Amino acid sequence: MADKGGGVLASFEFLDSTVDAIHELKDAGYKNLRAYMPFPDHHIEEALGYGESAVRVWTLVGGLTGAATGFALTIWTSMDWPLVTGGKPIVSIPAYVVIAFEMAVLFGALATLIGVFVLGRLPHTKPTIVYDAEFQSGRFGLYVTAQGDDLDEARRILQRHEPSLLSEDPEGAHVQ
Amino acid sequence: MATATETSARGAAPHPDVTSYSDVNRDILAILQRPGKGWWALFGLATAGVGLMFFSWGIQLVKGIGVAGISKPVGWGVYITTFVFWVGIAHSGTLVSAILFLFRAPWRQSIYRAAEAMTVFAVMTAGLFPLIHVGRPWLAYWLVPYPNARFLWPNFRSPLVWDVFAVTTYFTVSATFFYLGTIPDIAAAREAATGLRKKFYQFISLGWRGTDREWHHFGKAYIFLAALATPLVLSVHSVVSWDFAMGITPGWHATIFAPYFVAGAIFSGMAMVITLTVPLRKVFGLQAYLTTKHYDAMAKLILLTSMIVLYAYLTEFFMAWYSGEEIERTSFWDRLFGSYWWATWTMLVCNGIVPIMLWFKRVRHSIPALFVISIFINIGMWFERFVIIVVSQHHEFVPFAWGVYRPSMVEMGILIGSFAWFGFWFLIFCRLLPPVAIAELKEVLPAPMRRKEAVDHG
Repeated sequence: MADKGGGVLASFEFLDSTVDAIHELKDAGYKNLRAYMPFPDHHIEEALGYGESAVRVWTLVGGLTGAATGFALTIWTSMDWPLVTGGKPIVSIPAYVVIAFEMAVLFGALATLIGVFVLGRLPHTKPTIVYDAEFQSGRFGLYVTAQGDDLDEARRILQRHEPSLLSEDPEGAHVQ
Repeated sequence: MATATETSARGAAPHPDVTSYSDVNRDILAILQRPGKGWWALFGLATAGVGLMFFSWGIQLVKGIGVAGISKPVGWGVYITTFVFWVGIAHSGTLVSAILFLFRAPWRQSIYRAAEAMTVFAVMTAGLFPLIHVGRPWLAYWLVPYPNARFLWPNFRSPLVWDVFAVTTYFTVSATFFYLGTIPDIAAAREAATGLRKKFYQFISLGWRGTDREWHHFGKAYIFLAALATPLVLSVHSVVSWDFAMGITPGWHATIFAPYFVAGAIFSGMAMVITLTVPLRKVFGLQAYLTTKHYDAMAKLILLTSMIVLYAYLTEFFMAWYSGEEIERTSFWDRLFGSYWWATWTMLVCNGIVPIMLWFKRVRHSIPALFVISIFINIGMWFERFVIIVVSQHHEFVPFAWGVYRPSMVEMGILIGSFAWFGFWFLIFCRLLPPVAIAELKEVLPAPMRRKEAVDHG
């Protein structure tokens, strides 16, 4: 999805500079933006314009699968070897709710974790070409994918917001 | 996660002495540097205790379950007591990390990582006890539903099987929650580390870079995991309580058990958070992150749950009297004045009387006082489980079957060792992973702005 070509990465000391740069770039028609944050800042997320995360689908499907598995397991095994204990019915739904609930939570949680990995593209194993270790400390980053004149224009816009660091990415392999 | 900026705008800054993002990295990552003498001393002690536990367990494995004091009429002794104790400890970790997250309690950031780690290790500790208790741990897989040559399945109507599912799920989910929440902080540690440590962090941080895409899905997943963990934590201790409540033993067969156990779990777990974080704060110099404000909030929660627990105790005694049931009445009379009167009074004093001091602000603001009170509560809550489990069994229906249980040396060795086992993992954790959540602390700090009038469109 990343078009082969160049890119530029700016690291900012200030949150408002980052947000302003995003707005300006978006107004100028740049779509392929990637932000870096030391913590999830909602100003940046809003500036980039995000919809709902699809993780919720993973959680829901995982949870429902878990509940179904819990009921299926308990009911099927009881029918497989019907044994009356304590005069209770073979299929004792109230008792099985406990198992189904635990399975719903278990499957839901694991599906959520897998969902983050799939949707967030983790683990990220490709070597990073341009990167600033300060993103894990205090700086915000903005990566723009562009070529030719567009790249120069993007660089100018970024420069205007006084980044503390501006790194060139000749390959553009950075964004995914 | 998205409301963090509102949180900081709403009240005074929770960490007035911490000003910049890089301060957080510096202070928290410093903990991961070379351990001091104190750490090594504690680690040595913990290792010795783990040795004691495995030595005692080894004796039991070689000689058989007979070396434990459990027999008729008390079949569930120190092992099950300690199992319930550790499951209870685990609960407050989830409370802090999940429930307080959903309620947006602004004081949770500093303590939640340590509390979450405590949950994982406490469940790990608790999980050993059913294995120890069954006597032949190599047959523990019989509890798992798997197709076998005997065509037999576990009895899913039994609370003991519910417990297998509840505790296994709890361990998996809390470990998942803990790991996911730690990934960004491992990435922060990665950038500061060198050598083998860096390799290790690179591996377990999964190459986290902190991109908007990563954070976006991470934030949502975190909310969902919190939302899953919240009912889970309530269910786990309810299921544990049903292990008892489903039995007809006097002192067990009560509908109050589930909420009573859950409140007790949060009560004991919160106390354990204080017991653990007070030394952590001192040894690693985290006074700027764990302020009296945090301890005050924890103390208030302890006070509340203490009142619920005391209310449950009184309800139990009242119901025993009010029911007019002879056996129930004798059983509860025996609790107060019988062979185990000392255990019951320890429980009542430590859990009901000592926490009354927390009504006073001066006590809540004194960290040494809170530390001492938290130790009392830890002791009291262990005795609460002892009273419920052992004392109820020793004095059942038929006077002929009454009997007194005394824990053996092996059981005591394993009990003491379990604290060391828990401490062993916690000490390793403090050196390996950032014990205070770096990214979440940054959320409550004021963001650095170039212009005076900040981007404040919420």
